[in-house]
Amino acid sequence: MSGLLLMRVPLRQLLLRKEAYIYYIFLLVLVLFAVLLHDTAFLSFDNFMNIIRQTTPITVMAVALSFALAVGHIDLSIGAVVAVSALVSALLLQNFGIPVAVCGALAVGGLVGLVNGLLTEKLQVSSLLITLGSMSVLAGFARQLTNLESVPIINQDFNFMFGGGDVLGIPVLLLWTLGIAALGYLVLNKLRFGRHLLAVGGSPNAARAMGIQLQRTRVYALMISACGAALAGLLYAGRLQGARYTLGEADLLTVIAAVAIGGTSLFGGRACIVGAVLGSWLMGMINNGLILSGFSTNEQMVARGVILILAVAIGVKESKNG
Amino acid sequence: MVRTGLAQKALELKGITKEFGAVKALQGVSFSIHKGEVVALLGDNGAGKSTLVRCIAGLYAPDQGEIHVNEQQVTIRTPQDARDHGIETVFQDLAMIPDFDIASNLFLNREMLSKNPILRWFGWLDQQGMQKRARKSLNRLNSRLPDFSAKVSTLSGGQRQAVAIARAVNWGADLVIMDEPTAALGVEQSAQVNELIKLISSQGVAVLLISHNMQHVLETCDRAVVLYQGRSVADVAVSDVSKEDLVALITGAKVAA
Repeated sequence: MSGLLLMRVPLRQLLLRKEAYIYYIFLLVLVLFAVLLHDTAFLSFDNFMNIIRQTTPITVMAVALSFALAVGHIDLSIGAVVAVSALVSALLLQNFGIPVAVCGALAVGGLVGLVNGLLTEKLQVSSLLITLGSMSVLAGFARQLTNLESVPIINQDFNFMFGGGDVLGIPVLLLWTLGIAALGYLVLNKLRFGRHLLAVGGSPNAARAMGIQLQRTRVYALMISACGAALAGLLYAGRLQGARYTLGEADLLTVIAAVAIGGTSLFGGRACIVGAVLGSWLMGMINNGLILSGFSTNEQMVARGVILILAVAIGVKESKNG
Repeated sequence: MVRTGLAQKALELKGITKEFGAVKALQGVSFSIHKGEVVALLGDNGAGKSTLVRCIAGLYAPDQGEIHVNEQQVTIRTPQDARDHGIETVFQDLAMIPDFDIASNLFLNREMLSKNPILRWFGWLDQQGMQKRARKSLNRLNSRLPDFSAKVSTLSGGQRQAVAIARAVNWGADLVIMDEPTAALGVEQSAQVNELIKLISSQGVAVLLISHNMQHVLETCDRAVVLYQGRSVADVAVSDVSKEDLVALITGAKVAA
């Protein structure tokens, strides 16, 4: 994706942009781990492919969440949507083909986003509270759905398409990452719809005065966010060849940190898809580096929290300067 | 310049009322604006000017009364309705997206789309075309802008005002409403805005100008409509009155004959 940007923007301008700090942080962390972990497999092609593969659902969710953030919403339900979507697709695959399973899972996402959006608009309550509620509803539903049992997926075509497949030597998950990132970038930056999302988030009053329908636009944004999470659920299910209610449970914080550190404003009006992708890879790389350094899961959780706070601190400072 | 010679009414209001709970913001406002005429809407704070503007611009729906545009009765429920009827508003806050560049603001919700039918179906923007058109329409208004790809947040108050006015007149509007267009501007920039107002009215556009600056009103307007406690209490030719008369009408010290 950065290649796509480079074509249009001179390199110097790109490196001096306000959002450019993600590139430097990314490089800094990369060099740091490369030095600290020089006697491990960290700095190997296979390891980086591994990071990208493992991070794919996070990347997809980060791109999707950027849409919700663009209009000034937040979507806390994405982690729970992942679990429900994965379970729904796994259950549907027991009796139906891939199209039904995929459509079913994405429909779950669309429906959750629609309900989140309509409740937020009609009740005029912050999306933070609405999606906090729906997160709990969905997490409970995911547990209830199979009585905490995990559901294996034996459909190898599905597992190929959404998991371990290779096309011409390129991992399918890398293709998903690049495809979704390109799609997100084009919609936000090249299409009228994307401009309207950013306009609604940047200045709701101005957008309304110019005749943009605020409520409808915001509902669409939350639907995109939840659909992205549903796709992430499919990608988890495909890679792990099964679904479990714990999928996506711990991802919310990682995704928000990835998006925030990538230069997307948490208060609406500014979204950077390239940054979201790099941010998610950064989070994946940090996780990977911490594991190789021998840190425990608990310590990784601490690290994620610290990174989120740092990212938000930088982001807030930037938006005050701007 | 004889502007009232254009006989057709661009806008006519008949008995507009609007209540917010117990507050009667507008209690029957009636007046009209002819094509190419510049009419001042005057009134003290709370007289109902902003409420009236918002009713015409589609941000509020009036409770009662009729709005006629080009001598036909219309219903304005949304900002889009107002724009569809040729009414453009330059809001006091200018209604700009700070992070967007000039062209994006100029074309907000009226974007030019790619000529390729497939891309067009997806709503693919013609960004170069918009840049070009933006340049043209701002040059027509004699505004000097340094960089058309600059974010609006980096422009000065006067430049932003010019962009907002260009946006309003860019679409062949019949009526342009300006809410305190010079309130935030310096002397020179105010003079530029006055020139702009004269320019567009000479092109047959009707202008409704809300202002607290009596000097400004006397210099640019043909008529003045005064609101007092939600009613239109005076409708006078500016050439017939003095600054003191206008102030007296606004404060309610004097009642128009």
